[in-house]
Amino acid sequence: MSPTAAKTSGTVEPRHGRNFAILWAVATAIMVPIIIWVVGPHIPPGSMSDNTRAQHDVDVALTALAMPVLMLVWVFLAYAIKNFRADKTSEAIVDGPPIKGNARIQATWLIVSAVLVVGLAAYGTIDLFVEHGVGGGQGSNPLAKPADAKGALQIQVIGQQWMWTFRYPGYGGVETQTLELPMGRDVEFHVTSLDVVHSFWAIELGVKADAVPGADNVAFVRALRTGSFQVRCDELCGLWHGQMSTTGRVVSSAQFQSWIGATAKRYAGVTKVLPPYSLTYYPPPTRNAT
Amino acid sequence: MRILGVAATLAALVALVAVYVVYFLEASPATVSTAVMNSDGSANLTLQVVGAYGKHPFPDWVSYLVKDTSGEWRHTTIWKLPAHTLVHVTVYQFDSQTGLRNNFLAQVRGTVGGTATYTDTGNTGKGSGLPVYNNTALSVLPPAEPAHTFTVPGIDLSVPLVGISNATENVCGVAPCSMKYAHTTIAFSFRTPGAGSYRWQCFVPCAFAFLYGFGGPMQTVGYMDGLLDVT
Repeated sequence: MSPTAAKTSGTVEPRHGRNFAILWAVATAIMVPIIIWVVGPHIPPGSMSDNTRAQHDVDVALTALAMPVLMLVWVFLAYAIKNFRADKTSEAIVDGPPIKGNARIQATWLIVSAVLVVGLAAYGTIDLFVEHGVGGGQGSNPLAKPADAKGALQIQVIGQQWMWTFRYPGYGGVETQTLELPMGRDVEFHVTSLDVVHSFWAIELGVKADAVPGADNVAFVRALRTGSFQVRCDELCGLWHGQMSTTGRVVSSAQFQSWIGATAKRYAGVTKVLPPYSLTYYPPPTRNAT
Repeated sequence: MRILGVAATLAALVALVAVYVVYFLEASPATVSTAVMNSDGSANLTLQVVGAYGKHPFPDWVSYLVKDTSGEWRHTTIWKLPAHTLVHVTVYQFDSQTGLRNNFLAQVRGTVGGTATYTDTGNTGKGSGLPVYNNTALSVLPPAEPAHTFTVPGIDLSVPLVGISNATENVCGVAPCSMKYAHTTIAFSFRTPGAGSYRWQCFVPCAFAFLYGFGGPMQTVGYMDGLLDVT
């Protein structure tokens, strides 16, 4: 009902702004705790490593911060559907007077939007530069490092169409198709490729780093519990891209020592013919398909 | 006139779709039964690898071929095999050496005994100086010698296939190749897993005339990639 019609009929228009604000505040006050304490624990990527824990915290924070905005839209929609219906007795569609030049609404909208966008950008950027950013590939000279980076176990990740292999330079440079790492120790991944661009994604560890031929891309992780995790290629890389995956394992330190010893023994023959360990390999094939 | 124009346009579109479908069906390799069963319950799988298929639509592409149960060479890489069965594989390899991109694949993995046997036949070209294998069992092949690999990542099976000498003159040019041409013979056995579809591929960048050897037949089922249809 338009103000003119309300005046004519003698009814008093409700205070829509106040009513809507109350409903929005109540909905937000209900939804934010639900997101944090009910939905939050189920938001990926879990808590297998320090990286995933940090990523999980960020995901929960962003989802909770999105709730006031989401409620603003949903509550307004519901409020408008209920209160701003056309008069069934009137044949013509009657609209309210246009709102122009309301400086308070404009300023509020601009300030809230700017604070939200800039604040979230700053939050994300700062989080990447502190320790929480170590799981992303940072090139050969990473900015974000764990506190104990110098004592980290080095594992080289080698991508090729369509397989991952892993070299352990601290254990004679043995190369294997199986990725195992010890729980509770920092691991320094050196990711590279032998052919095209791949992307090493250890999902439950919260590690993702592009594998680029001729480049050394470094990412860190510290696994917090034992178990298996999926490794996938996350860069479209050709015919069998969808099958370029494997399963890795986080094991105890003793189990890791036992496994790496057995692996070095199993691959002793082929280790002798591997090229010396290097951060990158970009050899032409011995002959190019002649 | 307008109706005729619309009809002609529709007919042209239908014809284009039909051509595309026919081309697609023609290009898709067939699934063939490949296991010749032995009296002891094991099976034989016989393959050949040629440097150039020699026929339409990609005569210069490197390719695998397989012998079907009737003894005919078939140009397909989707092979039907029985589950939980010991399979004796014989590969006649007619292509020249390229060398491995990743020397890790020099290791024979997943075969019975962890080895494959290698034999050269008519493979010593002028001044090649290459070693000649005579039913030699190896667990690691020198990384410069493979022409291809036969690798099934899902069951951790990988065998490097030694190439013929690059100096060899008696080279086969059109598939299927007869045994009079220079070739190597690689034999190994493996046990098939449970029912399922397992991709296999060559890990040597062997696609002649493609950038670093990675395109064309390396990216095409029917040439250097395929499936084991285990039933």
